[in-house]
Amino acid sequence: MIHVISPGLETTVQDTGRIGFYEVGMPPSGAMDKYSYTAGNLLVGNNESAASLEITYLGPVLEFQEDTIIAVTGGDIPPKINGKSVPMWEALEIKAGDKLSFDFVKQGARVYVAVAGGIDVPEIMNSRSTYTLCGIGGLNGGKLQENDKLQIGNEKVRDIQPGTRIADHLIPAFDKHHEIRVVLGLCSYRLTEESKERFFSIDWKVTPEANRVGYRFKGERLNFVERDQPFGAGSNPSNVVDLGYPIGSIQVPDGVEPIALLNDAVTGGGYATIATIISADLNMLGQVKTNETVRFVSVDIDEALAARNEVKEKLAEIKQNLSS
Amino acid sequence: MARYEYGGDEFVFVELSEAMDLNINFKAMAITRQLKEENLPGILDICPSNASYMVRFDPDRIHPDKLISKLQGLEQSVSIDDFEISSRMVDVPVLFDDPWTHEALMRFRDRHQDPDSTDLEYVARINGFDSKEELIKAITDSPYLVSMIGFVPGLPWCYQMVPREQQIEAPKYVRPRTFTPERAFGLGGAFTVIYPVQGAGGYQLFGTAAAPIFDKDQRTYDFKDSITFPRQGDIFRYRSIDQKEYEEIRKTVEDGTFRYLTKDITFTPKQVLDDPKGFSEEVLRRLYA
Repeated sequence: MIHVISPGLETTVQDTGRIGFYEVGMPPSGAMDKYSYTAGNLLVGNNESAASLEITYLGPVLEFQEDTIIAVTGGDIPPKINGKSVPMWEALEIKAGDKLSFDFVKQGARVYVAVAGGIDVPEIMNSRSTYTLCGIGGLNGGKLQENDKLQIGNEKVRDIQPGTRIADHLIPAFDKHHEIRVVLGLCSYRLTEESKERFFSIDWKVTPEANRVGYRFKGERLNFVERDQPFGAGSNPSNVVDLGYPIGSIQVPDGVEPIALLNDAVTGGGYATIATIISADLNMLGQVKTNETVRFVSVDIDEALAARNEVKEKLAEIKQNLSS
Repeated sequence: MARYEYGGDEFVFVELSEAMDLNINFKAMAITRQLKEENLPGILDICPSNASYMVRFDPDRIHPDKLISKLQGLEQSVSIDDFEISSRMVDVPVLFDDPWTHEALMRFRDRHQDPDSTDLEYVARINGFDSKEELIKAITDSPYLVSMIGFVPGLPWCYQMVPREQQIEAPKYVRPRTFTPERAFGLGGAFTVIYPVQGAGGYQLFGTAAAPIFDKDQRTYDFKDSITFPRQGDIFRYRSIDQKEYEEIRKTVEDGTFRYLTKDITFTPKQVLDDPKGFSEEVLRRLYA
């Protein structure tokens, strides 16, 4: 069992997500940076879809009440065991009574704490992920609270020696400026050619409205092609007849402040979506902080699929290294 | 002409029409139903929407271009002429001009097209009604098709089954509200919605539905199989109720005995499209028989 001494800013239980319920308006939720999350599970010998803790900006203080193995992966929020700094991206031995805490965030926004066996909370619609808006999943449907108790599950599938590390070239580096690749499309025909060009040529600053639902960006106004609005869309030029929103899609309500929709986003609505962040770079966006800048880069579907395969190959290499 | 678009490497979005039309909604329903029945490997989510639909897939199992050619094939082969919808007619009691949405909309007057009137007064005026009572009568006179589910779990977008010239249309708020009460009944574009949970929102607010459409604890009969109540293809009749009936219904929701008045129905798009008025009358007659 793990005792939550202090919960941090926003610590939630997450796994690979709730797939298959989009049709009823249920977003997938799940770990924002799936690469770091999966690497964490591999490092403690878990099934790749075991539930971990996702920590945002400010870490919790956790007291372990049994011996186990943990790993801390993701952005650089340096962990400490009993007040002593310990490395990230490494299998760490925990003794009953040990306390895990964190220093201030240096780079990135989110870290994952994987525990051998996984975090055991009830599965709701095939997932343990927390979706706070509707109070579903995780521990009691919300972020961790002081004095919560977390049970450790039985999702461990192999033994990993403490001290086992992820090879340096497989550890992502996080910066304050980010290039995020997108596939242009969906309703991008609604933007003027000039605005399409501006979207890719300026730095967008991340506003404080940046969470698991989505990230809002400041830059400059984008303009839509003038038209008589089609029946049912609504009168603003950024309106369309309500449609589905892919995870990672970017909309620009009223032409101001693009919003990238993420894991806990609304699943549909009436704004023109203009592009979608590729799955490989959604991991990176989850590590972007308020006030950092993002440059969007246009790629085609083949480049998006190649980037996806690179992520898969890296995770396969981690798996290979850990089992040899 | 339908547009096929990549939503990154995990989604394909298909827009059958830029404008809303019952015909198109039925077509999207027919295509997505056929796609579901074919049960192709690598398809994760099939999301029909108002005049479009979206598919989430695993590109390791199906290449997006292969999926798109499959969908283009369905666009050609699937017809709404031999398509039947089996769904429910549902009586949905709404307290119009209620205190809760009134309070919410008054808080956000600075985000509204017409800060000096209420949402009901504004939408009545721009649609040519003489009073808000006339607008409420038009909303409650003819039933709605649940044309899409989404936004948050269980939110139904509903499109009235009347000819285009009778459709009520209104812009969304200039800037979305940060607060909408649970079960608020609103209208934006040509769609009515019920907000399942408290949250943000941009539709014009007209009233509050008495009974829930989302219940994560599945306390009443209508939620025994699912935490969400509405399904695409359902036919909702919004019935105007008074404060007294509202409170009586709330009591039965609280004590767990509430159950929506529903009747099963099987219909074809043709029945609706050829004679919307006749179809509406038939729905009301059978629902309350």
